[in-house]
Amino acid sequence: MKSGRRQKQLSRLLVNGTLLLFVVLWTIPTMGIFISSFRNRDDIATSGWWNVFPHREWQPVGEIDLKALGVDPNQVMEIEGVKGTFEEFRAGIETPDGKRVTWIGNKRLGRVELQQQVWTTSWDFSLDNYEQVLGGQDFTFTSADGTVEVVPGDNMVGAFVNSLVVAIPATVIPILIAAFAAYAFAWMKFPGRRELFIMVVALQVVPLQIALVPILRDYRVLSLNGTFLGIWLAHTGFGLALATFLLYSYISSLPREILESAFVDGASHFTAFTQLVLPLSVPALASFAIFQFLWVWNDYLVALIFLGGNPEFELVTQRMAAIVGARGQDWHLLTAGAFVSMVLPLTVFFALQRYFLRGLLAGSVKG
Amino acid sequence: MDASRGAQSQSHSIWIRILSTAGRVLVAIGIPLIAFYVLYVGFIFLRDSDAPRGVTALVAIVWGVGGVALLFWVFNGIVERLPDALRTRLLPFVFVGPAVAVLSWYLTLPTLRTFWLSLFGRDGPQAGLGFFQLLASESFVGLRNYAAVFTEELMLQSFRNNLMWIVFGSTFSVVLGLVIAVLADRSSYERIAKSLIFLPLAISFVGAGIIWNFIYEYRPAGQAQIGLLNDIVVALGGTPQAWPQWVNVAPWNNLFLIVIVVWLQTGFSMVLFSAALKGIPEDLLEASRIDGANEFQVFFRIMIPYIRGTIITVWTTIVIFSLKIFDVVWVMTGGQFGTHVIATQFYRQSFTNRNSGFGSAIAIVLLLAVVPVMIYNLRQFREREAF
Repeated sequence: MKSGRRQKQLSRLLVNGTLLLFVVLWTIPTMGIFISSFRNRDDIATSGWWNVFPHREWQPVGEIDLKALGVDPNQVMEIEGVKGTFEEFRAGIETPDGKRVTWIGNKRLGRVELQQQVWTTSWDFSLDNYEQVLGGQDFTFTSADGTVEVVPGDNMVGAFVNSLVVAIPATVIPILIAAFAAYAFAWMKFPGRRELFIMVVALQVVPLQIALVPILRDYRVLSLNGTFLGIWLAHTGFGLALATFLLYSYISSLPREILESAFVDGASHFTAFTQLVLPLSVPALASFAIFQFLWVWNDYLVALIFLGGNPEFELVTQRMAAIVGARGQDWHLLTAGAFVSMVLPLTVFFALQRYFLRGLLAGSVKG
Repeated sequence: MDASRGAQSQSHSIWIRILSTAGRVLVAIGIPLIAFYVLYVGFIFLRDSDAPRGVTALVAIVWGVGGVALLFWVFNGIVERLPDALRTRLLPFVFVGPAVAVLSWYLTLPTLRTFWLSLFGRDGPQAGLGFFQLLASESFVGLRNYAAVFTEELMLQSFRNNLMWIVFGSTFSVVLGLVIAVLADRSSYERIAKSLIFLPLAISFVGAGIIWNFIYEYRPAGQAQIGLLNDIVVALGGTPQAWPQWVNVAPWNNLFLIVIVVWLQTGFSMVLFSAALKGIPEDLLEASRIDGANEFQVFFRIMIPYIRGTIITVWTTIVIFSLKIFDVVWVMTGGQFGTHVIATQFYRQSFTNRNSGFGSAIAIVLLLAVVPVMIYNLRQFREREAF
């Protein structure tokens, strides 16, 4: 009895321990960028983000007077009781009592430091990166060695607004169109109903790459290229098959009696749809809406192709990809930018998680 | 008198009928005209206005969403004014028409058009020629683009890499998702653990690329490493590497990109498996445990067979997804260092090289690769639905 209990405890420890390991592994990347986004520019570029946690670091505790010592850097030297060449001292040589002797600078003008390992944290946080990414004005940095540098800020606010302008209609329009179609498939009889629905099922997995070149040609003719309307319609086209399929499965499972009694009362299909079916389908509509919103918000390829030519309409993902490309070294902008871009989808996701899971469970494969 | 009165009222009612018909026609034509005019004005405003971004944004949202609703309302209004017989026949098409039109324009027709383009050279079919003239023209190359797709070195590399994406990406995502789902199911911290594993799914590939740069970033040996992986490697006495760009180990450097997507996707498979596991009847598990099965036997003999359907669904979803992988490769390496995949090749050929023939052939190959899944879906649909 007692051993059974201990075994149970042990297995629970094993389960929770392994789970914790996975959770930590999964959280580390996001945590890294989250912490980095509050560190200042020089810290990000010169030390890892994990240095904000207590760690041991070599810090100078004294300087050795080279002149008094009179060593020749071109030969093996003996300083503080350790022997080594100039290169070895450059890398630092540890003394038996746990200190380190390090040559700083070049052979002629250098100095030698005595260092000791000290517990420290690099605990210097600010909101500068966010201000710079969101404000868009130029920022002046003075680095440790006194050089002053002016870095143009990045207007993420504009990109944020653009992404919203793309994502909201690109979510609502396909839902509206799909809901009408799903209602027709579920509750109306018309020639070609079966064939058209088979088309919907088949188109679900068709890769959108197939459409990009012809649609781009159409857009050039219609001068829709680089317009919001163009990208809304594109996202509508690419999400519609899945939306129709999901909404059909939900709408067709609504109880028949509700609709029939509405028709007996003289309701038209339009009234039945807007007054009855739409309100009843809110869970399904919401679950697809979250899907489509996250998909559009995080999309890069479709935006690249249909909005690519118009820098004024740049979306968050494009803006970030541009920062990665143009200033691979401006890490501080990337961190805050990436986090800003994640805030909205994460909020939507956690607020409506319940619906999102329902959508996943309905078996959604997008083409 | 009676008769004249009857005639009078008859002529009266004819007038009313004419008037009401004219009114209906006017409404039927007028309202759509007004609707289209409103939409057109909105479109011109959005295209040309210099209004502040916030205003434009608001107008764009209202115009886009409201416009679609307006169109449905107008067309429904027109059809409802028609005689009964015509109405029942036309109304379904008001409902289903826009969806069919959009799907045809954006997916069905492009499939045929892309196939057509794939038979021509880099600039597509020459303009102004008839069908047979086109087939005889110089721009027509037949299946030569496809021959190139299957022989060009970079394409072969892409096929190999995509195969790696499919094999490793889907296996890791599915296995890890399953393991985490089973563990979470027995833990009292299930909710929080699942949320944290699931969280990356809300992050874009571009964002994920930036996040993982802080893991993979390379600084020459001797400098302080700001990438976590290199810091660990250096601490263990190794040499730092620029992991995804590490050509010496090609093609295995692709794995460093695949890891990013596994990180992103495991939450997806975990959630689906978790729900499926909860569907296994408790007494079934209890009975097998009483019969002396250990936890591994329960897992392999009962759980896995029971949720087989879910495993297949998740696996195919991730395979299709891996087949089309683009963003993460494009942002992290741009396809260099031996990391090209089919979708990046498609982009490069279609939009960078502007070789529409070759690009289209790649897109068709991509489509052919998902055809088995399409057939499977259709079969499932036919079996399940009494449509």
